[in-house]
Amino acid sequence: MTTLPTSTDRKLGLVIDLDTCVGCHACVISCKGWNTENYGAPLADTDAYGANPSGTFLNRVHSYEVQPANDAPAQLIHFPKSCLHCEDAPCVTVCPTGASYKRVEDGIVLVNEADCIGCGLCAWACPYGAREMDAVEKVMKKCTLCVDRIYNENLPEEDREPACVRTCPAGARHFGDFADPDSNVSKLTAERGGMDLMPEMGTKPVNKYLPPRPKDRDRSEDVDILAPFLEPVAAEPTGFLGWLDKALTTMPGGKS
Amino acid sequence: MHPAPSVILFSTLSGLGFGLLAFLGLGVLQPTGMGAFIWFFIAYALAVGGLISSTFHLGRPERALKAFKQWRSSWLSREGICAVVALLVMGLYAIGAIFLGTHWTVLGVVGAVLSVLTVFTTAMIYTQFKTVPRWHNITTPAMFLSICIAGGALLAGQVTLAIPLLILAALAQLAHWVVGDKALEASGTDMGTATGLGDRGTVRAFEPPHTGTNYLLKEFVYVIGRKHAAKLRIVAMGLMVVAPIVLLALTQLASVSGTADHVLAALAVISHLVGVFAARWLFFAQAEHVVGLYYGKR
Repeated sequence: MTTLPTSTDRKLGLVIDLDTCVGCHACVISCKGWNTENYGAPLADTDAYGANPSGTFLNRVHSYEVQPANDAPAQLIHFPKSCLHCEDAPCVTVCPTGASYKRVEDGIVLVNEADCIGCGLCAWACPYGAREMDAVEKVMKKCTLCVDRIYNENLPEEDREPACVRTCPAGARHFGDFADPDSNVSKLTAERGGMDLMPEMGTKPVNKYLPPRPKDRDRSEDVDILAPFLEPVAAEPTGFLGWLDKALTTMPGGKS
Repeated sequence: MHPAPSVILFSTLSGLGFGLLAFLGLGVLQPTGMGAFIWFFIAYALAVGGLISSTFHLGRPERALKAFKQWRSSWLSREGICAVVALLVMGLYAIGAIFLGTHWTVLGVVGAVLSVLTVFTTAMIYTQFKTVPRWHNITTPAMFLSICIAGGALLAGQVTLAIPLLILAALAQLAHWVVGDKALEASGTDMGTATGLGDRGTVRAFEPPHTGTNYLLKEFVYVIGRKHAAKLRIVAMGLMVVAPIVLLALTQLASVSGTADHVLAALAVISHLVGVFAARWLFFAQAEHVVGLYYGKR
């Protein structure tokens, strides 16, 4: 059934902290690894060792440069992007077969790969590029929020969160229930002004992005307070190097 | 958007086929026996040929029958159902015309409405996408429907109807281009809203997430041929509308014999078909999906 549920019991999703992300791509790799070995069809790579490698990924990290208008220093912002598990997910309603669906119990958007005809319309409907057609399996792949980890009682408790969150060395990714106002993700969103991507698309994303803190001033001219105590660097060479400099300068052609 | 040949062929051929079916169903021309067989054969070859071609863009065509299930929310599902019902109803009407020499008026009108409705559902598949501002406006269904009806009139040999309908189709196509060229800017979506960083400065894509290409870039960030878009638009319009009108006008001259008449009409149809094909190629190739903004492209 590809009509959307009017509400979901829980709203599981991610908070991604753009202030903390260092752009290491560890989440990309752990996602690819987990989702190739577990839920659904593996994520294919084509021509992996050739001239034109291409592959399916459910999470990708872009990097943007933001240049403020007031000539303040530019900021480099690493920007992980995966499915936002939208409340008003346009990818679900376009599906002709019912393969795409949003779960009533936790709001996760999933694809039933056995029903997917690979028409690609859900990827067309997604403004975020969160869905990719697998080049080998010919079915649509997307982030499952690691549905096979978060409820998996065979895993130690600390591993029952999405692979990307579990692996992030910077603590830039947080997983939780947005329907609960006291959850870690709800609190982070409230404290740090968590934002939606392309709110004008009306998709009501569940995942929130925490904006990077602005750089307060230009530090490029700053000098360490200990600098005056450091041994001065000789501007003119002395000793053997001084003699060599003079000798070479007096040689023909040395003046230039 | 990637201009997949299977989808372009589908919308071009099926549009024309369903247009012809509409004119047959409305009884604008009422052939019987062998004549009816030839007319319906042409219409079905175009409509069904287009539909079959559309299944080639599916990753899993063997599961295509599952696509009839979600008519409550999915335009693709509605299109599939509409097409099948239209073809069945018009099939009954064709049996009456070919074997019994009668025209069941009510059945024909229902079939004609369903045929046009099928083209409307095709148009709505594209129109529904907010993610492609160029398509997300009323000019898309207006263009698809007017070209379907004009093509139907042309193929049905209705010279006096075809000329004004072709002019109408040209206007709809022009409107689609004029509105579409400003649509992305008018949508308000840019790299700033895509990243949520727009209010702190100018956002520039610094590094893409991957060194090679991927599905998203191939499917949604198709930029080949945009350089020649203006020329292609002139070619498309010339072949789709101008040449057929000139050829149709020639058939009206008293000095033209019956055979030459048919040759000119056939040329007009072929020219129209090639023109629509070019216009549909541009429809996809020029369409900017907002996901391109994440890559600093559109």
